[in-house]
Amino acid sequence: MSIDDEVPISDESRLGGSQSVGLVKPQSFTFAAPPGELELECGQKLGPITLAYETCGELSAARDNAVLICHALSGDAHVAGYHTPDDRKPGWWDIFIGPGKAIDTTKYFVICSNIIGGCKGSTGPSSVNPATGRPWGLKFPMVTISDMVRAEAALLDHLGIERLLAVTGGSMGGFQALEWAVRYPERVASAIPIATAARLSAQGIAFNEVGRQAIMADPNWQGGDYDGKAGPLSGLAIARMIGHITYLSDEQMHAKFARRLQDRERFGYGFATEFEVESYLRYQGDSFVRRFDANSYLYITKSMDYFDLPAKYGSLGEALANVRAEFLVVSISSDWLFPTYQSKEIVKALKANGIPTTFVELDSPHGHDAFFLPNERLSATIAGFLSNVVRREREAAGRGSANP
Amino acid sequence: MNGHSKNRPTKLRLDYELIESLVADGAKVLDLGCGDGQLLADLIEYKGCQGRGIEIDEAATLQCIQRGVPVYHGDMLEGMSFYRDGQFDVVILSQTLQQTMDPPKVIHEMLRVGCRAIISFPNFGHWLVRVQLLVSGRMPHNRLLPYHWYNTPNVHFCTVKDFREFCERQKLGREEIFLSARYQRLSAILANWRAGIAIFQIERAEPLAAAARV
Repeated sequence: MSIDDEVPISDESRLGGSQSVGLVKPQSFTFAAPPGELELECGQKLGPITLAYETCGELSAARDNAVLICHALSGDAHVAGYHTPDDRKPGWWDIFIGPGKAIDTTKYFVICSNIIGGCKGSTGPSSVNPATGRPWGLKFPMVTISDMVRAEAALLDHLGIERLLAVTGGSMGGFQALEWAVRYPERVASAIPIATAARLSAQGIAFNEVGRQAIMADPNWQGGDYDGKAGPLSGLAIARMIGHITYLSDEQMHAKFARRLQDRERFGYGFATEFEVESYLRYQGDSFVRRFDANSYLYITKSMDYFDLPAKYGSLGEALANVRAEFLVVSISSDWLFPTYQSKEIVKALKANGIPTTFVELDSPHGHDAFFLPNERLSATIAGFLSNVVRREREAAGRGSANP
Repeated sequence: MNGHSKNRPTKLRLDYELIESLVADGAKVLDLGCGDGQLLADLIEYKGCQGRGIEIDEAATLQCIQRGVPVYHGDMLEGMSFYRDGQFDVVILSQTLQQTMDPPKVIHEMLRVGCRAIISFPNFGHWLVRVQLLVSGRMPHNRLLPYHWYNTPNVHFCTVKDFREFCERQKLGREEIFLSARYQRLSAILANWRAGIAIFQIERAEPLAAAARV
């Protein structure tokens, strides 16, 4: 259901399979070296900045087939394929990326980078502060969604990509997709925000805050200065457990766990893990702390809290007034963290601005994280939308519809 | 958009063809209950229209997307509420009026977001319908009305005469086209007896602000 869950891997998607992008190489790009630091939205400067990124597929000669994938809270640049032949599982959105898949890498050039503030190779609070030679910790400046997008734009400049065929992402990745279309109207032919909103709701902020408090209440957090020590592992695990509840749905939890007990027949009348759902959440928490930095969790959730397009531009209609991209907005029927009405607010503002917009509410019981699961309808929707965007782009450019 | 004069590969159903003929080249068109998006795709491709659709069925929505038709998956009244006044040249409601819960509201919204509305519906005044009810004493069941009373999505049938009267009461200007149940073009003579399908093109006789809410 999430990145940490075991999604069954089809034979075609295994390394060497007909639908796998195969081995991908982690890459990185460093920019904004002093004195050319990036001036962040909070007013502070950050530089040099390193972005970890990966690509799959081939950039066409006309450079008109680039699709940027923006990851969500706990994601990274490893979006599809495998790093080594021994990898147990492929990148986090492999189900939708590869030859013959929704985002077909025989047609499109896929780019995914780790956000700034992240902990998977891009500059973030666990990176070394050049001024001190030690990890930034809480001295790392606050980064926002628009800072992340500006860093992604610098990466595209570096890759020589003037215009994106599409920018897409779910959840916080959807925030970035929206920000891209607003901030760089000329650079985006289409945007596909999935299970997202134009601003994080009070409920979303509330859950983020509980997660942050769990981390900061852990004595091992040490004000964010836990370099070389274990760090706030139990706090981070609790934050992840809370997050996970919000990514599921009541129906899905019932279907997956009901009230079943884990490895036992009857109640133990104690506080050990008894129910399957407890065991699942603990597993999610424990596996998360092995791969994620607690301070990054603080910074990234805060960047989500600050995201508010309507407030920044006066109204959502005004925020989207200069958008030139076509939109495919997808919500998930059982998503209560980013409910459908929040996607409809985006759709309403797009339509009132006359922007070609397709909206689909995906009927799924799987909650917010449904977009991490194999789904034929979502797959066909994205594939169908992209094929028409690329056709129109090439017609407009007089290049016909030949494949790259 | 290019290719206004492209030859159409397949012949459309006559009601689609007539509806298409009522839409000007390059018009901004909204199609309510657009189904698989065929009409809109043709209007976009052959008439250079800016087409938008609203469709409640997820599978049909997917077909629209695959055809490259921007579509809103959801309720038509909700979908229309997202648009500004007069955003479309024409709003189409093809053989769906009788399935809407609140036809006056739908028509009012169509004429709010669009300058004109094209509405087609099966004529419940057709002689066969009258005869079936009169002779058999049962709910009409035929080519245009293929459902039974217990599974029909049609909740608001009307006749040609009913709809004319509605237009007059609402002060709507109208043009009428009639087809037989086999989609043959008919004259307007005794249309309420003979027409299987009626196509009305309606517009407000007075500006939106002055018109009373229906």
